[in-house]
Amino acid sequence: VKPYEREHLADPIMSFERDPVSGAYLDHVHESREGARGATGNVGGGCGCN
Amino acid sequence: MKAPKGCGPAIHKAQRPQLGALYAAAAALVGTAAKGGVLPDDRADLLYHSYSGGGVTINGTSLLVRKKVGDHVSLVGNWYTDSVSGASIDVVTQASPYKEKRSQGSLGVDLLLGKATYSAGYINGSEPDFRSRTAYASVSEDLFGDLTTITFGASRGWDKVGERGAPDFKATADRRNWSVGLSQVLTRNLLASLAVETSESEGYLQNPYRQARYLSGDPRGYSYEKEAYPHTRTGNAFAARAKYYLRWRAALDGNYRYYRDTWGIVAHTAELGYTLPAFHRWVFDAHARYYRQKQASFYADLFPYQGSQNFLARDRELAAFKELGLGFGASWELRPRHRGLLQKATFNLRYDNLRFKYDDFRDLRVQGAAAGTEPLYTLKANVLQLYVSAWF
Repeated sequence: VKPYEREHLADPIMSFERDPVSGAYLDHVHESREGARGATGNVGGGCGCN
Repeated sequence: MKAPKGCGPAIHKAQRPQLGALYAAAAALVGTAAKGGVLPDDRADLLYHSYSGGGVTINGTSLLVRKKVGDHVSLVGNWYTDSVSGASIDVVTQASPYKEKRSQGSLGVDLLLGKATYSAGYINGSEPDFRSRTAYASVSEDLFGDLTTITFGASRGWDKVGERGAPDFKATADRRNWSVGLSQVLTRNLLASLAVETSESEGYLQNPYRQARYLSGDPRGYSYEKEAYPHTRTGNAFAARAKYYLRWRAALDGNYRYYRDTWGIVAHTAELGYTLPAFHRWVFDAHARYYRQKQASFYADLFPYQGSQNFLARDRELAAFKELGLGFGASWELRPRHRGLLQKATFNLRYDNLRFKYDDFRDLRVQGAAAGTEPLYTLKANVLQLYVSAWF
């Protein structure tokens, strides 16, 4: 995929983390009630500190 | 409601397991924005959140500010608070309602050098009888014509656990996490990512207020005893995610995660989402999430007699259950006519409805049923988020 073919990929709606505050809060809501944790799809991140 | 006989302190904090997740989410928040060779945008987000379900209300705010310093450094800070009130089923059946405020602050820095971004940060969380500190670092690099981004991360956490009504009780726990992530541009319309994470915990990993129940000669048919968790836990999670751009300017995304740990928990998570911009300034989202897990090997709703196992747990988080979440979101964008300090802003609403169905956690609020024959517990919850995001 050439750089000039990435117009669609650069659209904000294609971001995996469009709303970081909301996404982190929902991760918290889920992980506090579930046994599983980690690898929440936040690629590029450093940790999921459980 | 008074604490039952032998229950310990009158205040029963049923939400203790949330803390680890709270700090994990915070770490994700401040630690994941940087992507390879591009620093994230300068922005500020202010969120009001509310969770209501199972007799408990938790609401609060979260403020995130991110700002570049020069061309190579981006700083990020987050301040999160919430306030818990009400009486969950654990509180109703074992102890007294309580109110509590929790807070957490975090600071992070991203350093861009060539195609690589180096990130590090520190998170500090506290509440009256719990404190957590976490340090994290990661490196993320773009490869192969910026079509691939690979990320390595690690973190270390230190928890101090106390117990109300027991000033001499002090316990600690250590946490370590390692993660590897890979994101890939597959076509001009398709992005995909893989993530693997290993987590290790060691120390006091249980809730000091929670109790297990066992069959006894009590008029109810059962009595309570202290829970006993293993002092180590190792978990592995694997996740795959994809996002596809549809030709009418919309996005479809799917996510699957598999999790397994040394406590015997095996979990599957599947998510599907759809994002649609409309009417020039609006963006609408719809999403569904399904989760199910197998119970921990030392979990039981009702043990046969007191001290029947070395390890005992009756926490809902360790029970087998299924969960379905459905939600929608709406966002309206403000574009200032004269762009000065403010480039743009969005006003956002998101609502989620969660339904939990437990396979072996019984509703002890039901009177008259023989021990072990009470109906299975179900939980419905509403999660509301209102937030403003500003780019500057």
